[in-house]
Amino acid sequence: MSVLKTTNLIKRFGAFTALDGVNIEVNEGEVYGFIGPNGAGKSTTIRLLLGILKATEGEARIFGMDVWEDAVDIHKRIAYVPGDVNLWPNLTGGEVIDLFVKLRGSNNKSRREELIKKFDLDPSKKCRTYSKGNRQKVALISAFSSDADLYILDEPTSGLDPLMERVFQECVLEAKSTGKSVILSSHILSEVERLCDKVGIIRQGKMIETGTLNELRHLTRTSLAVETKQPLINLNEMRGVHGVEKKDRALSFQVDAEELDNVIKYVSRFGILSLVSTPPTLEDLFMRHYEGAGKTPKAGVGGAK
Amino acid sequence: MSKQLYKNTRILSGLIVRRDRVRIPVWLISLSTLTIIVAASFTDLYKNEGERQAIAETMRNPAMTAMVGQGYGLENYTNGAMMAHQMLLFTAMAVAIMSILLVVRHTRADEEDGRIEIIRALPAGRLANLNSTILVLFGVNVLLALIVGFGLNALGIESMDLEGSLLYGAAIGATGMIFTAITALFAQLSESSRGTIGFSITILLIAYLLRAVGDVSNEALSWLSPLGWILGSEVYVNNYWWPIFLTVGVASILVVLSLYLNAIRDLEAGFLRAKSGRKKASPFLLSPLGLALRLQRTGLIAWAVGTFILGGSYGSVLGDLESFFADNDMMKNLLPPVEGFSLTEQFLTMLMSVISMICTIPPLMAMLKLKGEESKNRTEHLLSRAVSRIRLMGSYFVISIVSGFAMLSLAAIGLGAVGNSVMEEGIAFGRLYSAAMVYLPAMWIMIGLAALLIGVAPKLSGIVWAYLTYSFFVVYLGGLLQLPEWMSTLSPYNHIPKVPVEEIDYMKLFILTIVAIVIIAVGFIQYKNRDIQG
Ligand SMILES: Nc1ncnc2c1ncn2[C@@H]1O[C@H](COP(=O)(O)OP(=O)(O)OP(=O)(O)O)[C@@H](O)[C@H]1O
Ligand SMILES: [Mg+2]
Repeated sequence: MSVLKTTNLIKRFGAFTALDGVNIEVNEGEVYGFIGPNGAGKSTTIRLLLGILKATEGEARIFGMDVWEDAVDIHKRIAYVPGDVNLWPNLTGGEVIDLFVKLRGSNNKSRREELIKKFDLDPSKKCRTYSKGNRQKVALISAFSSDADLYILDEPTSGLDPLMERVFQECVLEAKSTGKSVILSSHILSEVERLCDKVGIIRQGKMIETGTLNELRHLTRTSLAVETKQPLINLNEMRGVHGVEKKDRALSFQVDAEELDNVIKYVSRFGILSLVSTPPTLEDLFMRHYEGAGKTPKAGVGGAK
Repeated sequence: MSKQLYKNTRILSGLIVRRDRVRIPVWLISLSTLTIIVAASFTDLYKNEGERQAIAETMRNPAMTAMVGQGYGLENYTNGAMMAHQMLLFTAMAVAIMSILLVVRHTRADEEDGRIEIIRALPAGRLANLNSTILVLFGVNVLLALIVGFGLNALGIESMDLEGSLLYGAAIGATGMIFTAITALFAQLSESSRGTIGFSITILLIAYLLRAVGDVSNEALSWLSPLGWILGSEVYVNNYWWPIFLTVGVASILVVLSLYLNAIRDLEAGFLRAKSGRKKASPFLLSPLGLALRLQRTGLIAWAVGTFILGGSYGSVLGDLESFFADNDMMKNLLPPVEGFSLTEQFLTMLMSVISMICTIPPLMAMLKLKGEESKNRTEHLLSRAVSRIRLMGSYFVISIVSGFAMLSLAAIGLGAVGNSVMEEGIAFGRLYSAAMVYLPAMWIMIGLAALLIGVAPKLSGIVWAYLTYSFFVVYLGGLLQLPEWMSTLSPYNHIPKVPVEEIDYMKLFILTIVAIVIIAVGFIQYKNRDIQG
């Protein structure tokens, strides 16, 4: 069942089009990774979802309700963590957490204490004196101590140390295991790879790719390093072969997923001595998408139509 | 329109009160005690009707009318009438400033810093924050009205009956409410907290000037100004309540309008769009001085226009003043003519001290901007590069000094230009200009104090505003209230010779300048040696 669904979302700031027909769907119990280069429109999309920006066109629904009209009702069941948390300088972290809990109306005292301990936060300090990471923790603790059905996280771990980053990941996985949904925007690819079931890539306000990680991997190139008995010739001329380089006696190159079969057949004629194949890392995937959408083969996996 | 726009207003109101648990009581206590002390001191100052009537005569002139408003009940100048005439306008303006600062703090400033975003992502209505800010501010103003009203009445002064006192309080409270509403509106229109403060204060100044010019020349103008409405209640004399209802009514309309605008706009957006800037920095920007100047450009230009208009408005009164003196023998007895100077020139000295204090505001803002940038962690960007602290502070200092000089000059030029066009016997411009320029050393001391505080105790740099307010109070109202001599000695402005009536005392100016240089130097040295705070 879909928890969150946007249809052809468009947002213009004056003459500038920040979002140009964004379609996202997040299902129950799913962790959705929302990635894209700086200024692509991730935060703008998220702020539309929160009902704090109004869509120019298109529709966004969470739990079947309209994000602008029914903002308050939706917000009772979601938790949001921004990437840059600014708090009231003369309140303590503990006070802010309690305020957020009170505004939501639910109350889970033991969970609050547990998380404060887990994230190692001193709630008695004034927010003025918190470091960036500590302010981030305040927002994370208030988010995860609530019984939300959907977590909206916009670069939630910026400023966290690796230890805290791991605590965060545990929290997300725990939420997922209890059937909660998460939409996570992040530039930390390992985080996305570890947590997300589905990934959506946005670039210049358009969704350029959506799918499970496996599906997306399919769209990109596998790196191969081969050593053959006879010199491997004319490889450059094969379809779907890129970046051929000579390393010692081996050749290394990348192959488009859909040409892999042909290329291996061809290479095997030269007598393979050794073959190392590296699946494309998420990083490669992103690099290709971030650098230029034009070159991407558009196989039939979801995304912007 | 969406549902539950006001959800959780109550909790957010609680948050505002919690955050301002010190700030609000400080404002309330200082404003109400000031009012009550002044009212009490009037009875000591003027023992009988005769003395009060004598002072009433000196108040009967256009310069006074321009400054404090029309005198109602001058024929029978009771303590109450005197209080309403001399104090109501200033107190109301102070309350307006309180309301402006508090509203901005809880609306645009919070929004700019991203705090409203977190609140809005929680189940809080779209209008809950603005609504709670307005509710709390209305509450504060009503409370102030009641404290002042009952407080004045409790003094047991004959002419200050309960109705009049409550009206006095209500006039103050209503001013706070309408400026709450005006600021709430600008918080929707402008995209920044500085812009919101700037626009709101500008409206306050325009309201003051409209009323000043209107009271002297054409009453219809005064009725365009909320401050004119407030004074029109003729407190303690005729006790009209309808201007209060008018003010609160207009405030309510503005509140509805601002709520409506808030409901339809995006978070962090305004209706007055900032235009997109240039792609490359102009060579002019590429130095600490250029940057500091660029950051304050708009504000400084606005102030320059403002001080010129201020000078002009005061100048426009001079003509009326001159003809008033010409056919008022009583006045001639009270202000014995000084050989070679017209009475107008004598009044000019008082105008100049006020003008010089107002012209001190922009240079102080320019200097304190250094502290503001530090608080927002932006000085780090410069200091981590090849910019020395002395150079950084020096940039702000230079802007401060130059802008102070420019503001004072502009005000004097405005005063001279308009004044001479309306007077039959003009005042030589050189004379007028030097009457303004003698105030520079006092201004330098104020700038020096700001520099000193930035160097020694940046957290306390707001003290300089308190000191300026104090100076304004003792110099402007000291004469009226007959404050003790030592109180005015504490203000640098009091030591400035009253040119052109007095001789220029170069020794005094020299000493003031030396004091300024010393505290400036200390400020610089301390700034160089302290921690930069975030
Ligand atoms: N209020 C606004 N007015 C004009 N343009 C805006 C506004 N807000 C965002 N934009 C523009 O919209 C685009 C998308 O911005 P957004 O903040 O959504 O990017 P993002 O994907 O979150 O980037 P990042 O990874 O850097 O956080 C940017 O080009 C930005 O400049
Ligand atoms: Mg972003």
